[in-house]
Parts: sequence; C-alpha cells; structure tokens
Amino acid sequence: MSYITSIGKYVGMMREVFSKPERFKVYYTRTIAEINSIGINSAGIVAILSVFMGAVIALQTASNMDSPLLPKYTIGYITRSSTILEFSPTIISLILAGKVGSNIASEIGTMKVTEQIDALEIMGVNSLSFLVLPKIIAAVFFFPFLIIFSMGLSILGGYYSVTSAGLASHEEFVFGLRAFFKSSDIVYALVKTCVFAFIIVSVSSYFGYYTKGGALDVGTSSTQAVVWSSIVILMANFVLTQLILM
Amino acid sequence: MIEVKNINKSFGENHVLHDFSAQFEAGKVNLIIGQSGQGKSVLTKCIVGLMEVDSGSVLYDDRDFSKMNRKERKEIRTEIGMLFQGSALFDSMTVEENIMFPLKMFTKMSKKEMLDRANSCLERVDLSGRNKLLPAELSGGMMKRVAIARAISMNPKYLFCDEPNSGLDPSTSLLIDSLIQEITYEYNMTTVVITHDMNSVIEIGDHIVFIYNGRNWWQGTKEEIIKTENQEIIDFVYASKFMKTLKGKLA
Repeated sequence: MSYITSIGKYVGMMREVFSKPERFKVYYTRTIAEINSIGINSAGIVAILSVFMGAVIALQTASNMDSPLLPKYTIGYITRSSTILEFSPTIISLILAGKVGSNIASEIGTMKVTEQIDALEIMGVNSLSFLVLPKIIAAVFFFPFLIIFSMGLSILGGYYSVTSAGLASHEEFVFGLRAFFKSSDIVYALVKTCVFAFIIVSVSSYFGYYTKGGALDVGTSSTQAVVWSSIVILMANFVLTQLILM
Repeated sequence: MIEVKNINKSFGENHVLHDFSAQFEAGKVNLIIGQSGQGKSVLTKCIVGLMEVDSGSVLYDDRDFSKMNRKERKEIRTEIGMLFQGSALFDSMTVEENIMFPLKMFTKMSKKEMLDRANSCLERVDLSGRNKLLPAELSGGMMKRVAIARAISMNPKYLFCDEPNSGLDPSTSLLIDSLIQEITYEYNMTTVVITHDMNSVIEIGDHIVFIYNGRNWWQGTKEEIIKTENQEIIDFVYASKFMKTLKGKLA
C-alpha cells in the first residue's frame, strides 16, 4: 500500500515540476548552473571509470579467446558492443545515480529541513518546479554528452591495453571496432541515457523533497535516493531493451 | 488586517486547533504566545497556507485565502514576508542575492534597481556593506537581520515571524524585537510574531493572543496580560524565577 501511495505522490510531484515556470530567465540561469554542477563536475569520474573499464573489457575478452578460429578483431568488436550497448549507458548511469543522486537528495533534503523550501513557497515560488525542473533539463540534455565521452574513452582504454600488451594489432582492433556497426545502437544507448537521467534526478528529488526531520533523515533520504534510482534504472533498462532491441 | 475564523486542524486523532478565531490588526505587532505543543506553529502554517485547514477560513483584508486557487494564493503570497526560526536563508546565495531573489522572481526591476533596493534593505537592518557574504559567514543575529531584509524587500503588507529570538543572546534579541517593531510601524504592516520570549511580550506586544490546547484562550494587551488572573497564563508567564521576582516588584 505504501508503494502505491509513494507512486501517487511521485506522479503528483512530477505534475508540479512540469507546471509553467514563474520566470524563464531565472530558470535558464539555474539550468546552466545545474549543467555545470551535475554534468561537467561528473566528467572526471566518468573519464577515469571509462578508461579502466574499457581496458578491462578488452583484456578479459582477449584472455577468453582460446580458439585460434576466432579472429583477433573480435576483441575490438566486443569492446565496442559492450561499451555502447551496456557499459556506458547503464553502468555509468548507475555510477551517476550514486554521485549525482545522493547530491540532489541531500541538497533538496537539507533545504527542506532548514525551511528554505517553506521560504520559497511563502514567497509564492513553485518550489518543486524551481528546484527540480532545471536539474531534469540539465541532466537529460547533458548526460548523453557524458555517455558519448565515456564511450570514446572506454574504447580508447581498450585499444591501448590490448595493443600495448600485444594481444591484437592496431589494424585488427580498429577493424573490429568498425565491423558490423549499426548506428541504431548509438540511438538505443542515447535513448536509454535520457531515460536514466530523468530517473536519477526525479527519484532523487522525490526522496529529498519529502524528507522530514533532521540531519539523520537527510542521510537516510540520500541513501534511499541512490538505492531506488539504481533499482528503477535496472528495471527501465530491461523494459527499454525489450522495446528497442527485441 | 488578518482574520482567522473558526479554524480546525487535525492530524489523525490529534486535534491540534479547535475552532480557533482571532484578528490581527494592521500597523500593530500581534504576538501569539503559548507553551510548546499548543499549536502555535500549526496555526501559523495554516494562516500562510503551508498547511491546509480542515475547516474555517483565513481572511487577508477580507480576501478568503482558504478558498483561493493556486494562482490567487500566489498573488497574496507576494504580499507576505516571513522570518523563519532558523532564518531559512538560501545558503548557496550571497546576502545580496538572497534579498534580490523575490525581486528577480516577481518584479520587472532592472539589475541596478534591484541592487539599490537590496542596499536600502541592508541599510535598514544595519548591515550595509555585507552584500557579498554567504549565510555561513554570518552570526545568528546577522542571519536574522538578513532574513528581515529579505522579508521586507517586496514591501509586504503582512509579516510573520516564527520565534525570531530563538538562539539569540538577550541584547541581540532586543535588537531584533526593536527592528520588527520599527518596520511594522514604518510600513504599516500586519505583523504576527510567534514567541515564547516574555521579554518580547513586554517590549513589542501591541496585541497578544494566548493559545492553549489549540484554542484562543485569552487575548489582550501587554498591560492586561500582566494583571490577568487567568491561571494558565500565570503558569506560562511567571514560570521563571525572574518573572516571579518582577511580578513581586511590580506588585
């Protein structure tokens, strides 16, 4: 029953979030600030994870290719496919759910318990739209760039790890990268990213906004935001894969 | 003037406000006093619309706030200033940005006009030149003064102060009280102050409402509250040794 209530509250919240903004100029400024805060500031962690994960994917693929019948270019092919289809959009989104989601929930949760949200409401500002809409726009707009950036770095990591270890030549790896390429895979990855970006921000904002109590409760909301964002991302990943790829 | 008529508010089985009625006049500092847990904060939240009443009505100069839609309420809210217990300054914004925030949201002022307004509000609360400080860099008293400056930036008709003296030393409390009183008279605002502080009652209370068990138990002036024989008020007002001594001296 409480799950149904929560879903109802979430839907009601989203209706408020997408109501007409009071001042477009203020919202525009806030969106730019949010792109910097939740997008550009995440580039570092995305870069480090992508390079090493790409390297590990390529090395594991190479180490499991025992049969001499399998061509070496398979390493590049599998690295590309794993990165584009699953690693960059899903795993990086799960990482961002941890970084960005906890940040959003604790920021909004702290504003709630220190009455800053009440102050906005008293002034006549739609606090949900003011706080959450710029974050959603920023994430849905900027996360695809982060994911494309991640894809590039991951493939680069795979390339350097395999070629420097002598497991495949430059030509073999690049041939594998180009083999059987479908541009629809990129579209699938970016559609998933936009949906995951929306989930991360909206679910985290929900937990932050309905925080009650003090510092301890802000911490609890932050944890719940990460846990539920991750669960919803995995469920959405399954549904989207069925819908788009099958 | 703000008029509260027969407000009822319950949380499940807990009936917090019982047919509460009161009038808060313009140009006066109206105090709501009472022990903790008697419904002061719930009453205030119901008046400003942060909570919905179960029944009854809240009238802002004869405009029934409780029956208004969101858009109509928004218009009234631009006429309300509020000083929160913890100041509720936006901690990501500087002092100046905090004061300019409602102006940015609801007026078409140029940046220069907004800056001038922020400066005059800061001057009014004796904090000139602190424009670029962040709330984290301010003392408790300064935060309250910035919150007052933000509350008056839109020239409100109604000002609500939720325990404005909590966490402040006696001299800073006095300063905040005088500031609230001065701006009330200066702007002819309807000011409603929720407080436990008996000093505030004596210093600035033009009209006092004593809330007990969610009911308007008593109302009157500060002169009347000192003389009252009502036992609940005596228990509240003269709870401290200081006030008992003062009562003895006055007698």
